[in-house]
Amino acid sequence: MLKVENVTRLFGQKAAVDNVSFQIDRSAFVGVIGRSGAGKSTLLRMMNRLTDASSGVIAFEGRDVLTLQGAAKRAWQGQCAMIFQQFNLVPRMDVASNVLHGLLNQRSTFATMFNLWSDADITRALQILERLGIAEQAPKRAEALSGGQQQRVAIARALMQDPAVILADEPIASLDPMNAQVVMDALRRIHEEDGRMVIANLHTLDTARRYCDRVIGMRDGRVVFDGTPDQLTTGVARDIYGADASFNESATSTAITGPRDAAYADAMLA
Amino acid sequence: MVDITFGPEPGKRPDLSNPTEAYIHLARRKRLYGFILLILFVALMASGFKIAQDRNAGDFLSGLHQLGAFPSEVLSEAWKNRANLPALLWQHLPSLIETLNIAAAATLLGGAFGAFLALGSTRHLARFPALTPLFRRTADIMRAIPEIVIALILIFILGGGPVPAVLAIAFHTAGALGKLFSESAENADLKPVEGLTSTGASWGQQIWLGIIPQVAPNWLSYALLRFEINIRASAILGFVGSGGIGYDLKLAMQWGGGKYDQVVAIFALLFCAIVVFDQLSGYARNRLVKGQ
Repeated sequence: MLKVENVTRLFGQKAAVDNVSFQIDRSAFVGVIGRSGAGKSTLLRMMNRLTDASSGVIAFEGRDVLTLQGAAKRAWQGQCAMIFQQFNLVPRMDVASNVLHGLLNQRSTFATMFNLWSDADITRALQILERLGIAEQAPKRAEALSGGQQQRVAIARALMQDPAVILADEPIASLDPMNAQVVMDALRRIHEEDGRMVIANLHTLDTARRYCDRVIGMRDGRVVFDGTPDQLTTGVARDIYGADASFNESATSTAITGPRDAAYADAMLA
Repeated sequence: MVDITFGPEPGKRPDLSNPTEAYIHLARRKRLYGFILLILFVALMASGFKIAQDRNAGDFLSGLHQLGAFPSEVLSEAWKNRANLPALLWQHLPSLIETLNIAAAATLLGGAFGAFLALGSTRHLARFPALTPLFRRTADIMRAIPEIVIALILIFILGGGPVPAVLAIAFHTAGALGKLFSESAENADLKPVEGLTSTGASWGQQIWLGIIPQVAPNWLSYALLRFEINIRASAILGFVGSGGIGYDLKLAMQWGGGKYDQVVAIFALLFCAIVVFDQLSGYARNRLVKGQ
């Protein structure tokens, strides 16, 4: 389905992504992990064609998307939705308009400049917002929403594109643990219910273990791990992050877990 | 009666408690308002054009064939005396340099005073927030008065020469750059200032280290744009006796034929100077803004 072959991206002399190859045969929830500067974002941006690759092939259903130009390239971008760490919505426009932007590739520039959306389009946008639980926010400006809500608007925009692939570039890195869980649950649900492929850059290991079917670990632009979440042991994580024995993932973990303190809970509820 | 005015309407009314219908309703209303505004705009433009044409003394179309009369007279005379052109270009070069000097000095003076006005009138940054309206109105007044009016007054007081021209252009420049500088300072990120404030920095230190590095490329780019405008302004001021190439142009042109070769030489010099500085400052601005 998606085949990445020897993809390299050079910035000056330095390779941000260095000869990366992997293959995804069927729709899956794939996590890409690695420390900052490992090339995760560059890899996703190349898939969406926000950044050009220096060499290599990314083939989706047999067609190389890296060589597309003009309208064909924009059509591919329409099929391959992107979700960003900082949401990248238009802050001064209302939520429903931001969701309708998912249709930009299919509508004429003139119609979109004057906001001439059909009732059917608006109804679909509102249905998607409803599905993500934020339909009542539709007339508000995007900038008035909390981070978690904005990220859900971004997911709604992605769904409006009706994409085959959803790329999520650190979708929860600027969210608190509660909102992070809501957003990740939404992405997982979209993958399971619609069968869309999701590729997410993540920087917390517990999130990768909990939500992904497959995890790809990157270090200095190279793929150093490719396997199931179960294979992602602490030792492997140390290799991916280039850390020594003092690395302890629970030190910075944001997972809301741990044994329940029944006595404390009773005391608080009494 | 009530039924006629308020319904019952045919079809069902939108159910505003349903978010979808409420939003479609809102979108339709926005679209309608936009359409009404567009029609108003077109109607105003059309009627305005008619009023303007009725007030015109001559008729544009019937006068059109005379458009080329003066330029062709100038050019044909200059062509007859074309052998003089190189010498004339050389002869007028010093006055061109004078004009450029006037523009440069005025931009420097005006820019410095404009920066002062900008820092006094920018919200969140001003040392004395209560005085921001005073600084703003000062800049407004300086901007509102045309250079030529100030130049005429100063020439009356100081006599002709480059000094009144520099002062007149600098006055206007300070107002114009004050406004532009303050706009770009208003858009500056305040986080570095907060960081510096947290270390106990004074207002001057906060501005110099937190704001100036951020706005410097923008300010320089505005100042360069203003320099281009000031070259033209200083050439025009020559007509009212402030020296420079404008004064030469006036002498060559005012009594009609006979010196049209000089007119052509002066125009060629001015044109070249403006093109050269336009290109140079465009290049410099690009480098500043893109930071390479």
